Amino acid sequence: MFRKLHEPEAGALTIDIDGVPAMAEPGESVAAVLLRQAEPWSRLTPVSQSKRAPYCMMGVCFDCLADVDGIASVQTCLRPVCDGMRVARQIGKRTIGS
Amino acid sequence: MSRLDLLIVGAGPAGMAAALAARRHGLEVMVIDDQPTPGGQIWRSVEQAARRDDILGPSYVEGRAVAEAFRASGVIYQPGAQLWQLEPGFRAFVSRNRQAQVIEAKAVILATGAQERPVPFPGWTLPGVLTVGAAQILLKNAGQIPAGPVWIAGSGPLPLLYAVQLLRAGGQVAGYLDTTPAGQWRAALRHLPRALCASGDLAKGLSWAAMLRRKAPVIRGVIEIEALGDGRIETLRYRTADRATATVEANTLLVHEGVVPNIHAALSLDCTVAWDPAQDCYAPIVDRWGESSQVDLFVAGDGAGIAGAKAAQLRGELATLRVAVKLGSTSEDAAAVAARPIRRKLDRELAVRPFLDALFRPRPQVFAPADKTIVCRCEEITAGEIRALASVGRPGPNQIKAATRAGMGPCQGRQCGYTVTRIVGAAQNRPPAEVGFFHIRPPLKPVTLGELAALHQPAAP
Ligand code: FES
Repeated sequence: MFRKLHEPEAGALTIDIDGVPAMAEPGESVAAVLLRQAEPWSRLTPVSQSKRAPYCMMGVCFDCLADVDGIASVQTCLRPVCDGMRVARQIGKRTIGS
Repeated sequence: MSRLDLLIVGAGPAGMAAALAARRHGLEVMVIDDQPTPGGQIWRSVEQAARRDDILGPSYVEGRAVAEAFRASGVIYQPGAQLWQLEPGFRAFVSRNRQAQVIEAKAVILATGAQERPVPFPGWTLPGVLTVGAAQILLKNAGQIPAGPVWIAGSGPLPLLYAVQLLRAGGQVAGYLDTTPAGQWRAALRHLPRALCASGDLAKGLSWAAMLRRKAPVIRGVIEIEALGDGRIETLRYRTADRATATVEANTLLVHEGVVPNIHAALSLDCTVAWDPAQDCYAPIVDRWGESSQVDLFVAGDGAGIAGAKAAQLRGELATLRVAVKLGSTSEDAAAVAARPIRRKLDRELAVRPFLDALFRPRPQVFAPADKTIVCRCEEITAGEIRALASVGRPGPNQIKAATRAGMGPCQGRQCGYTVTRIVGAAQNRPPAEVGFFHIRPPLKPVTLGELAALHQPAAP
């Protein structure tokens, strides 16, 4: 859906999205990386199981929620990537408190 | 941590300017911000993106020096921090790195900026539909653009600016659907002389529009849009005021109908707000220093009414001046003298607003989505459901919320609040100013049990 304007420079890192390795650059958000994937969505809604993808990129829509390193419902547009991070698209009910 | 002189919420233009001024007055000041780096949305990732300066332009690059000065100022800066509760006095409950903490301060400046106005239409929840602001943030933060030709639908300076930045970056615009209502320039015209004397920005806007027309189809007078697709947008349907409809292939659609102040924190403290008919939104009522109806609580920048980044910096400085007086680090007289040139510059910045507000007033359809449109993205409540309830008895937004769950999801009504207000108003023939907004109660952002468990009293580190 989106593409990077430049080749990743030195310092490129890898994150894991549902078992698929994805290239990322320091400083960018997890949501930005998600939007470059063949499956650019982040969560399924609890009510109708519809796909949602990052929409606002500024923390006000909560459609970018995903599981990051075992923590559910992380706003991925506010979370910078780090090497080895494990991201899982969030299916169904949002859990708070894990 | 001991009680701070000043807590600033937000590290955008207003927050950084307020913090720099506070350091000049020797105040002990902390800035918390939910972003990982300073700059707010306008200067998002400005410290890291030097290679994109040519694409993003000089008003973006300006932010780098401000961020540098901010870092060097000695302010206590907590990035990646979410404010979820603010109590009078003040006690701020903040989560950061999965730990909740309590921060105490004598004065607070809310510099929480703006968000894009929610634009509900059928299909706006489909992946591939984003706001123009989101796309611009992706350009600033990650150096990325839509992979194929993109449709842009909306009104205002931001979609024009983004279209130009995208073209400079080598991206393609499939089409630009201008939703600015046709006759609106007439209403704007009477504000033009004042705007012209004050600002060079209008000429910039005209040059953007000219560049766009050379490079992409521009369709004017678009009143309705609809996104269709299975799991992501595949087609886009639009209708113009002269009733022409078109269906086109689309894999990305960016929308924008102006911005509105972020007022959730102010609302949660029961700051008095007023409906601004020119900007179609609520804004906290503040005095000429930015102090709200709550003593020692200030609102600076776009959070107090949309006026742009330059005005935000000036309003941040004014708020800090007043805080400095109240805390005894400068005199009333000295502050009055210092405020004079700031207010002169601020007047110049504000002079262009009436023109922009009148010209880019959102089309009425933004506030009256079709029945099948999802209004509350979190709980998936449609306009039809809200409308049906709104016409039985005279429920206000809070009763609608209780009955439908609209506004109860994690975004706390940030995406549906204004639409609920407008649908209720239309159904009951009441102006939005009378209908009001959702009551906003903490937590302002979802907070986990784990974070709460880590909560210590202020004496803890
Ligand atoms: S994309 Fe909207 S909150 Fe993250």
